[in-house]
Amino acid sequence: MKICVLVKEVPDAAVQKRIDPSTGRMDRGGEKNLNPYDTHAIEAAMQIKEGGAVEVEEIVAVTMGPSSAVRALHKAVSLGADRSVHLSDDALAGSDVAATGYALAQTLKRENPDLVLLGQQSDDGECYTIGAVVAEHLSMPSLTQVIKLDLAGSELTCERQAEYGYDTVKIQTPAVISVGDAINEPRYPSLKAIMGAKKKPLDTVGTGDVEIDASKVGGDNSNAQWTSAKAPPQKAAGLIIEDEDTAETVEKIVAWLDERKLL
Amino acid sequence: MSNILVYALHYDGAINKNSLGAVSEGAKLAKELGGEAHAILVGENIPQDLAASLGEYGAAKVLTAEGPDGLGQPVVDAMAAAIGSGGYKYALFGGGLLGFEVGAGLAARLGAGVAMEITTVRAEGGELVAERPILGDSSISEIKYRSEVGIIIGRLNAFEIVKGGAGAAPVEAISYEASPQSAQATIVTRGEQRGADVDIEGANILVAGGRGLGKAEGFELCTDLAAAFGGSSAVAATRAVVDAGWYPYAGQIGQTGKTVAPKLYLAAGISGAIQHKVGMQSSENIVAINKDANAPIFEFSDLGIVGDLNKILPKLTEAIKAKKG
Repeated sequence: MKICVLVKEVPDAAVQKRIDPSTGRMDRGGEKNLNPYDTHAIEAAMQIKEGGAVEVEEIVAVTMGPSSAVRALHKAVSLGADRSVHLSDDALAGSDVAATGYALAQTLKRENPDLVLLGQQSDDGECYTIGAVVAEHLSMPSLTQVIKLDLAGSELTCERQAEYGYDTVKIQTPAVISVGDAINEPRYPSLKAIMGAKKKPLDTVGTGDVEIDASKVGGDNSNAQWTSAKAPPQKAAGLIIEDEDTAETVEKIVAWLDERKLL
Repeated sequence: MSNILVYALHYDGAINKNSLGAVSEGAKLAKELGGEAHAILVGENIPQDLAASLGEYGAAKVLTAEGPDGLGQPVVDAMAAAIGSGGYKYALFGGGLLGFEVGAGLAARLGAGVAMEITTVRAEGGELVAERPILGDSSISEIKYRSEVGIIIGRLNAFEIVKGGAGAAPVEAISYEASPQSAQATIVTRGEQRGADVDIEGANILVAGGRGLGKAEGFELCTDLAAAFGGSSAVAATRAVVDAGWYPYAGQIGQTGKTVAPKLYLAAGISGAIQHKVGMQSSENIVAINKDANAPIFEFSDLGIVGDLNKILPKLTEAIKAKKG
């Protein structure tokens, strides 16, 4: 079977994210990294491959993004993907979640995967929904927030937490599964894998290569127009204590609680 | 026609609270647009009176569609069929996991714009404008739709439940064609409760633990602290640690867990992701202990302690015991 893993480049968590006031879009400059949630999807693919219940011919990392997104693909490959596909085209800039999902689905069609895995959310946009959009365009079943995934033949048994407790769902492949971060503990890449990542095949494609209708993508063509960004109502900042002397810190906490009659 | 179709999730003979909020919100917005709010339920043998009861929250009509419970794609099929028959300009969802899946799938099916985690919606010039806080709620974006149908997925607890008392709504059963992908998923078990039953909704003081506790045994620190507070106190948890099996599901705060508003919420080793925040932000006093000074939880804490909870919690427990004598 062939597994495609959708990955994304996101601003490094340690870097302050901001909105470009002139466009209302996220300023995607600054330090970037592979979306940490995606590492769980790559690890899930690796565990299926190593588990031996099915034969996995290939794990392919797929991303959409500017040229810098190559770094996220290198990281994905260092974590175990065999090769990667980079959808990059100026026409895609500013696409909303629906347009992005369409573009990714078109890219995936060319790969014809048996299983598409992705992380539960991106660290920046936090839309949680790209998997459902991709699945619909591929006419595949899908499930999000999966924390246990077993594959037997063409049948996936998935567990996930929904509104009323844990659900178990059986799904026939090909399918699109977004995994929760509790599904596994992603491994660290070996030095050798990091060094070798740039040598693995990387296919860069544009909208024309994967038959993306350019009138359906990009900021101006997106059906949800994110018009402006404004500041939320200010909330009074709380008191912050750096713990240096724990006895003193605890004394301060107790006094704070006592003052508010919480003891 | 500017009608709004609202998805109503139901389980075990009751409508989900976030869906009741969405129906109330949809009714209010439809009135401003000069249309009606209709609700739709999808499931097996939907009770008529349950469907009709949505009239009390402002639904002018309730559609019911027979289909498997607990899966998203059959709802996409049913809602696409309803919207295809005309008259709907918006589809609205309350916060929750299934609403996200259905709303996103429906957007792809209809070629419609979608926005999620919406906290406020207003009518403006015959259109709806949605507001979404982004970047850890440090900024708010406004979303307008240029497609024929706009899809709005609310944040958990964003929409207020308003019981207008209009009485039972007419119920109409609709049929739809299931998509091929819907036939590829079957639900085996639903709503399994993992772990012991703990009551966190009735507690005045909640000590909540997250991944920062390091391991399941770390919860003993929270249990000890809650016991020191005594009275009406309990221990709660984040989704990540419940999924990891460290604490019972019944004690979970956040999007697929409980929403609480105790007098004191003490968060230990919790980063404060939006999905958690939406379940506890109405707490009267929020205290957070986290070793990461950049943790989002410090943005909405009344008292934040940057430090090692393994050092702080045991001493705090002792100090509270001593204070209370």
